[in-house]
Amino acid sequence: MAALTFTLKATPPERLDLSALVPARLTGLSAAEIAALAIGSTRSGVTLGDMFDIAGDDPTEIRITGHERLDNVGRGLTGGTIAVDGDVGIYAGRAMKAGTVTVSGSVKGPYLGTAMTGGAIRVAGDAADAVGGAVPGAMHGQAGGLIVVGGSVGDYAGDRMRRGVLVVKGYVGDAAGVRMVGGTIVARALGTRAGLGMKRGTLIGKTVADLEPTFVPTGTYDFPFLALLRRYLETEAPGTGALVPQKNPRRYRGDMAALGKGEIIVD
Amino acid sequence: MPDLSLNGVRIDDTFAEAFDMAATGVIITAPTAKWAEIAAKTMTGFATSVIACGCEAGIDKILSPEETPDGRPGVRALIFGFDGAGLEVQLRNRVGQCVLTSPGSACYSGLDTDKRLKLGATLRFFGDGHQISKKLGKTRYWRVPVMDGEFTVEHDTGLMEGTIGGGNVLILGRSFDEVLVAAEAAVEAASTVEGVILPFPGGIVRSGSKVGSKYPAMIASTNDTFSPVLRGNPNSNLDPDTGAVLELVMDGLTFDAVKESMRRAVHAACELGPGRGIQRISAGNYGGNLGRHHFHLRDLI
Repeated sequence: MAALTFTLKATPPERLDLSALVPARLTGLSAAEIAALAIGSTRSGVTLGDMFDIAGDDPTEIRITGHERLDNVGRGLTGGTIAVDGDVGIYAGRAMKAGTVTVSGSVKGPYLGTAMTGGAIRVAGDAADAVGGAVPGAMHGQAGGLIVVGGSVGDYAGDRMRRGVLVVKGYVGDAAGVRMVGGTIVARALGTRAGLGMKRGTLIGKTVADLEPTFVPTGTYDFPFLALLRRYLETEAPGTGALVPQKNPRRYRGDMAALGKGEIIVD
Repeated sequence: MPDLSLNGVRIDDTFAEAFDMAATGVIITAPTAKWAEIAAKTMTGFATSVIACGCEAGIDKILSPEETPDGRPGVRALIFGFDGAGLEVQLRNRVGQCVLTSPGSACYSGLDTDKRLKLGATLRFFGDGHQISKKLGKTRYWRVPVMDGEFTVEHDTGLMEGTIGGGNVLILGRSFDEVLVAAEAAVEAASTVEGVILPFPGGIVRSGSKVGSKYPAMIASTNDTFSPVLRGNPNSNLDPDTGAVLELVMDGLTFDAVKESMRRAVHAACELGPGRGIQRISAGNYGGNLGRHHFHLRDLI
């Protein structure tokens, strides 16, 4: 069986909803049935076959030519792999439970990996706002699994995050981990308002801009958790283990204006 | 039937009788190898016989920093008991009182099996609400605040059923001093097998027992057939010039591990030979009807 491959024919004339391109939806469909799936976002009735050349027959291994107008890539994924060659748009990997989504380009739309509970998302380039965060009104953001971003991400990363690990090799914008209730965010640098209102959870960075006054220093932190995290990251995303501080980083607990069981660990 | 012997030492044509047990294991780490070993020795103390101690436990192997989950020096301890429920209680009490309390310690799963026993799942409550859960991949860790920082403990550890307890070797010799030297050498050799512990003091038992007693309350009593001061009894099993007997008992995760451990013990003891006072090797059994596993000494030569 060869990977099911979707090659973009031309620039999409409208935003496309690719939430159907997951193994659970494609298994058992013939090539004609797949080509007839509606993926448009307007009344034009665009189908997969209109926009993509389709090849291969293994729905557990999906390859897609990327474009920033492709939304919902890997949304609700429950297994298998989706590899995107290029960029994707909004809601990539949202609410996924298992499997892997890889993006060789950047995530141009917000809400990557929101409400995911398992599996892994790996992005080579940058990602936009609210990576692993919560969509408006949602009680929780990322609730499990692993997100690795090779570049930098926008604001509100890990907003209301509950569980899982978010790793950013580059910079994280402002308000990372706000209202967090669990999970771990590791980045090279954290922006302003990091962890504001967090109840529980861990933010780790080489630097943090303008730490909120409601975070209290608890001294240096050199306990096995950092070694466990470093080893986990090196296994899952080689090269990211170095983001975890090595020698006696400083630990701040907070947000004391909320529950105060969260922490920010800075090199 | 020709007599069995190894390096001039007589080998009784008998067998060790061993039982099915359940086992679990933990990896204990600390900032230094010294403190990892102290924590593990304390945790596996008073754990020689499952009847009176609730479990049989010992250090299986010393781990280098590369072999432990958190990159610190560590040891793996194995704990054998009757069943998973009993082991869970032992884990809670022993890790809670002896590892949690030990400076700088951390405790992780020591057996990678599907059936799991609670470890940090119960110990976390020591944190009184300040404990922090961290799930990395499929593994959940608990960070429990303590006075020297943080006690890190894995949520659960593995349970292995169908493991084996009660492999044994009896070393008979001319004098106590010579038998002790042989027994120490045998313990050292037997301990090199992975997945095997020797739960008695220094791996050695001097008070081997038989089933039953003249006193109704006693379920076990001294093994009179092997006691040198009881030579002259009709059931004495000792030669006139045998001065002392020491026993090694080994529990292991698999039949083959226990067998290999017994083999190394027998060979190490026999290597000293009659010249160093070692006369005979035997093994303990209950007639073969109580334990499912029989280790015949003739298979170990």
